[in-house]
Amino acid sequence: MIKEQKINKEVQAVKMTGGEALLSALEDHGVNTLFGYPGGAIMPVYDRLYDHKEKLNHILMRHEQGAIHAAQGFARVSGQIGVCMVTSGPGATNTITGIADAMIDSTPVLVIAGQVGTKMLGSDAFQEVDLVGITQPISKWSYQIRSAADVPWAVARACYIATSGRPGPVVLDFTKDAQIGTLDYQPTIVDFIRSYVSNPQPQEGSLEQAATLINEATKPFMLVGQGVLLGEATAELEELVKKTDIPVGETLLGLSAMPSAHPNNLGMLGMHGNLAPNKATNLCDVLIAVGMRFDDRVTGNLETYAPQAKVIHLDIDPAEFNKNVRVDVPILGDCKQSLKKLTALCAPRNHQSWIDSLLPYAEEEHRVVCSKELCSTPDGALRMGQVARLVSQAAHDEAILVTDVGQNQMLSSRYFRYTHPRSLVTSGGLGTMGFGLPAAIGAIYGNRQVNHDDKKPVVLMTGDGGIQMVIQELGTIMEQQCPVKMVILNNSYLGNVRQWQEMFFKKRYSFTPMENPDYLKLSDAYGIKSKRVVSEEQINEAIAEMLSYDGAYLLEVCVEKEGNVMPMVPIGGTISDMLLEP
Amino acid sequence: MKEALYTIIVHSENIAGVLNKVTAAFTRRQVNIETLNVSASSIKGVHKYTITSRTDAINIERIVQQISKNIDVIQAHFFLDSELMHREIAMYKLSTDILKSQPAISQIIRKYSAHIIEVNEVFSILEMSGVDEEITALYEELRNFNTILQFVRSGRVVVTTSSFEHVDDFLESRNKEHKLSRESCWTKDA
Repeated sequence: MIKEQKINKEVQAVKMTGGEALLSALEDHGVNTLFGYPGGAIMPVYDRLYDHKEKLNHILMRHEQGAIHAAQGFARVSGQIGVCMVTSGPGATNTITGIADAMIDSTPVLVIAGQVGTKMLGSDAFQEVDLVGITQPISKWSYQIRSAADVPWAVARACYIATSGRPGPVVLDFTKDAQIGTLDYQPTIVDFIRSYVSNPQPQEGSLEQAATLINEATKPFMLVGQGVLLGEATAELEELVKKTDIPVGETLLGLSAMPSAHPNNLGMLGMHGNLAPNKATNLCDVLIAVGMRFDDRVTGNLETYAPQAKVIHLDIDPAEFNKNVRVDVPILGDCKQSLKKLTALCAPRNHQSWIDSLLPYAEEEHRVVCSKELCSTPDGALRMGQVARLVSQAAHDEAILVTDVGQNQMLSSRYFRYTHPRSLVTSGGLGTMGFGLPAAIGAIYGNRQVNHDDKKPVVLMTGDGGIQMVIQELGTIMEQQCPVKMVILNNSYLGNVRQWQEMFFKKRYSFTPMENPDYLKLSDAYGIKSKRVVSEEQINEAIAEMLSYDGAYLLEVCVEKEGNVMPMVPIGGTISDMLLEP
Repeated sequence: MKEALYTIIVHSENIAGVLNKVTAAFTRRQVNIETLNVSASSIKGVHKYTITSRTDAINIERIVQQISKNIDVIQAHFFLDSELMHREIAMYKLSTDILKSQPAISQIIRKYSAHIIEVNEVFSILEMSGVDEEITALYEELRNFNTILQFVRSGRVVVTTSSFEHVDDFLESRNKEHKLSRESCWTKDA
């Protein structure tokens, strides 16, 4: 195999073990934070880590699943590679959910897993698992390091693949003898792989075709996905919108690519999104999709999805074109470049009357749905959306929101308001319950990485179901004194499943009611400050206390038991036919 | 949507595990692979996969997009039979006794331009190359004589009727880009 690499021969080679070379290579690639859990087959690396503690801050999580989700949270907030280190066998398989999650949500993470010695490979040795085989379908690249000499190249290639093009997870399966073996280490980078075009250039012809469609459109509409955040193209997006006056809808992962208060921002797309952008999808004449993948939760029934519109799709991954929705003009490339070039070709426009025609939908949604969700129930119970909005407001809309999955996720994402990019961390594609708490820990370090302080609070909005899947990570928060602001929206149900049982399974609540532990006693055991709130009178003060408290804080909010996330497009429904009431 | 037999040609780096990633694109959609042929290509270090599969136009496009997406896959394309010259090789192990006692078998062998490449007291081996249907037809005719002891076929090899092999050009242009970036940076390991 051809190993494209650049070795810095100006630096004196240093003899070291493969384990130490791994750590040196990570440092050379700018890594300073690791989330991990030691074990037998990764011990030689952990032994070397003892001497690298100054440069590599290792966060000892309480479960390997926590380690990978924390690495994801770090990457999502910082835009840099998140690194997770675990042992072989069960340590490695515990990261699988996170790898799949990072793959579908295009998150740059590096998983380093120990592996048995090369002589033991394939012998069903203790804690041996075929990690490369398992992770091939759910990672961008997975590779087994069998020789110490391979380490600098493998780490460089992994970092390049994870962070370039459409980002994604990479896996290094590190055999024990490669960890122990020695090499002459010199800093190495990989910035070219001949079979992998990481930065395709947008074609002029496609850009011109797209500009013509946009210039001639009377009702253009733009769908903004996470690609805009990943490509650091929020300024370029803003320029295009400013010039063309196109109204915008954001996917769940695209939220925060544009400030919530921007006059062209109609809100969130999809199943539990806002009414106006979903209506606009089926009313527009030109649909411009930027860095998004037409997920089924965004499109609903494909047969009835924007059949009237010409579709322009900007993406860095050519496999996304025509995957779900037929595209008239594909524009392959990094959206930072593509948006800039497209803006230059587009004529200034004013679409105020088109935007005005969509406002009644926003007003209708506000009247029927939001105005209720933002208030307590008639019998005084707090609602999830209400709590989310109050937290957002109390943090001056500056918080970094991390959610778990389910009703807490949908209602927090809907009612939080975003003022800066990368301020929402959520498991979109895989919908991983248990993602929130460890991702929030990672988000703390990601925030410090780019902002160098904790001024922007990291707020976790989770449910009572999701937090119990990963409750052990309170131990990490305790040990690291991570100032995560945890809000448990407790309805004593697995709320989203219960909602579907109510709406589609004749209210047969099969295994969705759930007993909860005493979260205050639990917090107390971990030395984490906490409070329980049951009514509107207590909520504002409690939120203020949580945000102003210097350290981690767990706020249990007992919310309406059988609240529903509305509006909603039932599975397979037409995206513009949203139900405003159950 | 109407199904057809597609031939998929994939060029990849010669690395362990790529085959797994290529076939996974089919398995994930529960699309069956009819034939699969892997060999070194004319380009050093590059492997060529020739795969046939019966599916519809939308599925094949998605499968090939997903194959192309793999880091170590250089290019992947799909073709209909009308865009290809294709051949298979097959070997038929026959009972020598029956072959000797039935002169009609020799006539059939001549009809299909097949060759006998081994004869011993117990068995004889017949080799034939041709398109898929001819290989199957010869098998069916021989089967009537109850003489086939073993039968094996290679799966397709193909050349495209269009001037397809863009892989060389692609790699050359990529190498030029690499050289440009290399000149402005550190030395490359040999």
